[in-house]
Amino acid sequence: MKEFTYHKAHDVAGAVALLGADPEARFLGGGTNLVDLMKNGVERPARLIDVRDLPLDRIEPAEDGGLRIGATVTNSDLAAHPDVRRRYPALAQAVLAGASGQLRNMATVGGNLLQRTRCGYFTDVSRPCNKRRPGSGCPAVHGVHHNHAILGASEHCVAVHPSDMGVALAAFDAVVTYETADGPGRLPLADFYLPVGDTPHRETALPQGALITGVELPPVPVAAHSRYRKVRERASYAFAIGSVAAALDVRDGVVHDVRLAFGAVASRPWRARTAEQALTGARADADAFAAAADAELAEARPLPDNGYKVTLMRNLVVAVLTELAEEAAR
Amino acid sequence: MFPLDTRKKPIMESAPSPTSGTITLHINGEKHTLSVDHRTTLLDALRERLDLTGTKKGCDHGQCGACTVLIDGRRAVSCLQLAVAAEGREITTIEGLADGERLHPVQQAFLDLDGFQCGYCTPGQICSAVAVIEEHAAGWPSAATADVRPEAGPPPLTAEEIRERMSGNLCRCGAYVSIVQAVARAAQPTDQDGAVRTTAGEEAAA
Amino acid sequence: MTTTTTRTPFRGRTGTAHTRVEGREKVTGAARYAGEIPFADLAHGWLVLSTVAHGRIRSIETEPVLAMPGVLAVLHHENAPRVNTDYVGMLGKPDPTLAVFQDDRVPHLGWPVALVVAETSEQAREAAEALVVHYDQEPHDIDFSPARTDTVPGEGYVPATTEKGDLEAELAASAFVVDAEYTTPEEHHSMMEPHAATARWDGGRLELVDSNQGAFWVVGELANLFSLDPASVRVVSEHVGGGFGSKGVRVHQVAAVMAATELQRPVCVVMTRRQMFYLTGYRSPTVQRVRLGADADGRLRALEHHSLSLTSPVHDFVESSTMPSRVMYDADAHHTAHRLVRLNVPTPTYMRAPGEAPGSFALECAIDELAEKAGLDPIELRLRNEPERGPVSGLPFGSRNLAACFREGARRFGWADRDPRPGVRREGRWLLGTGTAAGSFAAGAGPSTATVTAEADGTFTVRIGAADIGTGARTALTLIAADALEVPPERIRTHIGDSDFGPAMLAGGSRGTRSWGWAVQTAAAELRERLALGTDIPPEGITVRSDTTAAVGALAGKERHSYGAQFAEVAVDVATGEVRVRRMLGIFAAGTIVNPLTARSQLIGGMTWGISMALHEEAVRDKASGGLYGPDLAGYHVATHADVPFVEADWVDDHDPDDPIGIKGIGEVGIVGTAAAIANAVWHATGVRHRHLPIRPDRVLQAAAEVPHA
Repeated sequence: MKEFTYHKAHDVAGAVALLGADPEARFLGGGTNLVDLMKNGVERPARLIDVRDLPLDRIEPAEDGGLRIGATVTNSDLAAHPDVRRRYPALAQAVLAGASGQLRNMATVGGNLLQRTRCGYFTDVSRPCNKRRPGSGCPAVHGVHHNHAILGASEHCVAVHPSDMGVALAAFDAVVTYETADGPGRLPLADFYLPVGDTPHRETALPQGALITGVELPPVPVAAHSRYRKVRERASYAFAIGSVAAALDVRDGVVHDVRLAFGAVASRPWRARTAEQALTGARADADAFAAAADAELAEARPLPDNGYKVTLMRNLVVAVLTELAEEAAR
Repeated sequence: MFPLDTRKKPIMESAPSPTSGTITLHINGEKHTLSVDHRTTLLDALRERLDLTGTKKGCDHGQCGACTVLIDGRRAVSCLQLAVAAEGREITTIEGLADGERLHPVQQAFLDLDGFQCGYCTPGQICSAVAVIEEHAAGWPSAATADVRPEAGPPPLTAEEIRERMSGNLCRCGAYVSIVQAVARAAQPTDQDGAVRTTAGEEAAA
Repeated sequence: MTTTTTRTPFRGRTGTAHTRVEGREKVTGAARYAGEIPFADLAHGWLVLSTVAHGRIRSIETEPVLAMPGVLAVLHHENAPRVNTDYVGMLGKPDPTLAVFQDDRVPHLGWPVALVVAETSEQAREAAEALVVHYDQEPHDIDFSPARTDTVPGEGYVPATTEKGDLEAELAASAFVVDAEYTTPEEHHSMMEPHAATARWDGGRLELVDSNQGAFWVVGELANLFSLDPASVRVVSEHVGGGFGSKGVRVHQVAAVMAATELQRPVCVVMTRRQMFYLTGYRSPTVQRVRLGADADGRLRALEHHSLSLTSPVHDFVESSTMPSRVMYDADAHHTAHRLVRLNVPTPTYMRAPGEAPGSFALECAIDELAEKAGLDPIELRLRNEPERGPVSGLPFGSRNLAACFREGARRFGWADRDPRPGVRREGRWLLGTGTAAGSFAAGAGPSTATVTAEADGTFTVRIGAADIGTGARTALTLIAADALEVPPERIRTHIGDSDFGPAMLAGGSRGTRSWGWAVQTAAAELRERLALGTDIPPEGITVRSDTTAAVGALAGKERHSYGAQFAEVAVDVATGEVRVRRMLGIFAAGTIVNPLTARSQLIGGMTWGISMALHEEAVRDKASGGLYGPDLAGYHVATHADVPFVEADWVDDHDPDDPIGIKGIGEVGIVGTAAAIANAVWHATGVRHRHLPIRPDRVLQAAAEVPHA
């Protein structure tokens, strides 16, 4: 770990000013990912701006009836918040499915959105990785890619985004707010993560030097009837090999509204809009759920060792939507 | 007793530098002022600088939970917490849980029910368990909670809930079964003499 | 001390639950492990590992690193002290990997190439990361496959092959035949405490504060390596955060001694978790083929068990996976063989139930497959094949109470109600199934010495070079001494983990407590006899020393083993591939149980390893680099709380009349057969045989796709 200077920010403008345009500076939130990466040599910042104590730690009702979640709200506080649990239960479940109690107490909402992939080539500085060292190659394509992307990847990078929280946020049309030296800005989550293409090292559309100040959740009535299911290689405290955030509103046996997003299948939380479109207005039964999943997964491009994810995601969609439909019918 | 020279390592007084600084940490009710390299984690500050070696380093990457301490009353992994960023926070380590000779109920339950073998993950398990009991009392749901909506009410602290909530603490000796029983027992309300009032603690075993 | 005139009959404490004597220290954080002893002037060493899998070191750029803040030295092959590896230690010839920094060869990725020493650990880490090493790389070979033609007989601590009878003829004459290949992956010990050692010279004596499974063993190795008089080396290892076979002599101790010698100040070397995956040994992957042939009534006519494992280019270590076949079942034709392939990987080593853990997976799954084919209950099939004598050795069994384990286990697990048909029980999204398997692990003893002192204040002090790696040995030895002295255990202090206490068996092979208990009991019993003469106790106390070398050597040759019957219930969601163990029961016949509280923990711990082995553990190698993919505790999954249901362990009466305490050893038998019981339960739940560990979600999904209703 390289030596670095440390600065504690007390207000948003001050934090943005402290970071300036220094490419070697990083904001420090909970540190659960950044400090880990610094120990592995993946991140070597010369300056850390500690934003943990910024007054961005509130969850408040928004003017449009949604929720405004501050960037330094911890994962724990987000998952424990009554409004989140009541109105967006899949979001609470997604957060609770991630990491551990200790890490959720430290990790922040802003940091969660910006966490880096856990691809084993990315975290090993002795190996090539286009995300870490542009142009060096992607060993995963022909190497170990058991838990890599099946959607939206490219030959340059097949890593997946590790967030659970982000999957639920994607399903519920969250908007990321940020502050720069030139003023505030907003990015819908759908536009927040950049396509992989040939620039996997460029992960988000945040302007240089921007500080995430929060996440806005619009009012999404269907979200009150939502669920997050995560599959992993042990029962807890592991990253997903596939996950689904789903919300379903069934009226008279027909899908009135549906939200669907996938985790651990792409470089970003994957909003399954094709499946949503196929489902809206369809009968709420297992065949329709499967057909919708198939429609979404038609563009999947699995690698030799991760084709199981196509089956897994299809089965997860059917299982979770069936559960939601059955509960609604009760 | 330890047969070797256990003289405390003197706290290094390094020259002022932009990458180090003098900080004051509040640990177990005491103030400790020390100069630290900014790279020093809270874990290393505890173990290598303050001789508080009860907090263990298992992986140094937040992947095992052995270094769990309480920061402002909440459990956290001290390996990913920079010491310089912990200034001003109230830190409780395993050394700060007992009340003099009287063990914390979680410590006592671990001891009585053999909730450990090699003992290395134990301080982290115990600190984590103390927080689990408080988090549950505060009504926090977990990934094992069937219905997270507030109207569903707080989930009972079943063995399954304890297992999920404790899953950030690995124990390679495989003491999970008795750890879960110990947490369940410690979570029970006790009489004034510290005796467990009900036997529901053993429900975890059922 | 008061003297009692009327004596009540002495009630022994062995067999009665006793909390750990060091328990209070462990739950309060007061117990100090290696790397937690502060020394004035302590320097920190950080190992640098090769990033290539095969080749030679061309050059090391030490100058820029030596100029970094706090850096004291960089040890590497051009400047490190020379060491000697031409010796035979307690476990045989040393792995040349120990001879760090002796030449420029790199036989595998993760080979230690340098040690950077600095004033603080932060400085040492950064300097180690900054050290540039240039290699002349050569092609590497890590392809572990049964198709290889360059395998060699696996001559390890047991013979490579055993053979009797005409296998093909017996198979041809069999009514039922099973022929299946099973694989187990590379597995890592992953004890929670990383390997750590502090070396220092004190008055001409080398002292090492270490975390190991045998202080005297480590002394022997270090003395040989550095050509020192063993009396001038002291190793202390008071608390050990898990060992499981991995905590012997490793490169960090050797490097720490080198650095302490060069710098003439204490040097601490702690491995990072990632380094542990390369430097502390592991269990080799195995490919095993089992062929069984049985009569119509299930009696085995043919048993063949072949196992291939791998090793490094520099040292042979054989994973003796056919050992269960050599003990558990006899057949008219009985063939077993270990083969080995040398690849550009680190040397594997002993890991909890070496041989037996992977071997029992293959054998006990094959037995279950045979039971299915023969239409027999799997317990009945096993009982019909209980051998009279050692199938390979021909020796009589010391005591073999496996049948009693199965009877008791079947009763408590509810086995009699089991519907043998697979794939017919459903509960919500879960398919349910149960499975069973047998296990055994060799019971043995090694020579040990101990001293027991009657102190003038009426207390007693036991000193023995034992290691408590979580086994409860310290407590067990206290109870054994108490019974031999006929005093309450509260009057005994037991000191272990110090090589100055004399030669002793190491904590391994399930032999620690039996070996040390023998020595402690011998000394304590003799002391009690002496005290019975009414001798006054002088201020320095009265000390009796024992040495069990002759007694252990006089043991008659027999098949001595601990046994276990494992039962598991699993739930499988074939839509997601998730497998959850719902409950487990293990009933063991393992000799005298000294302390039921800690023994139960140890057996459950072994069974928990079995769950972890069955469902989670797998180290994956990257073919291109030859290194491991994601070698840390996020990438290498060991079972956590949520994976482990209520697991129960208990035992039946069992007694080895040849042993003074009747101990057999329980450190390893808990994991033997566990993974097979789970795999057999997964078959019972789904109708699919999983012959490759771990039983990952993708494997279950793939199997479900092939078998429509599974």
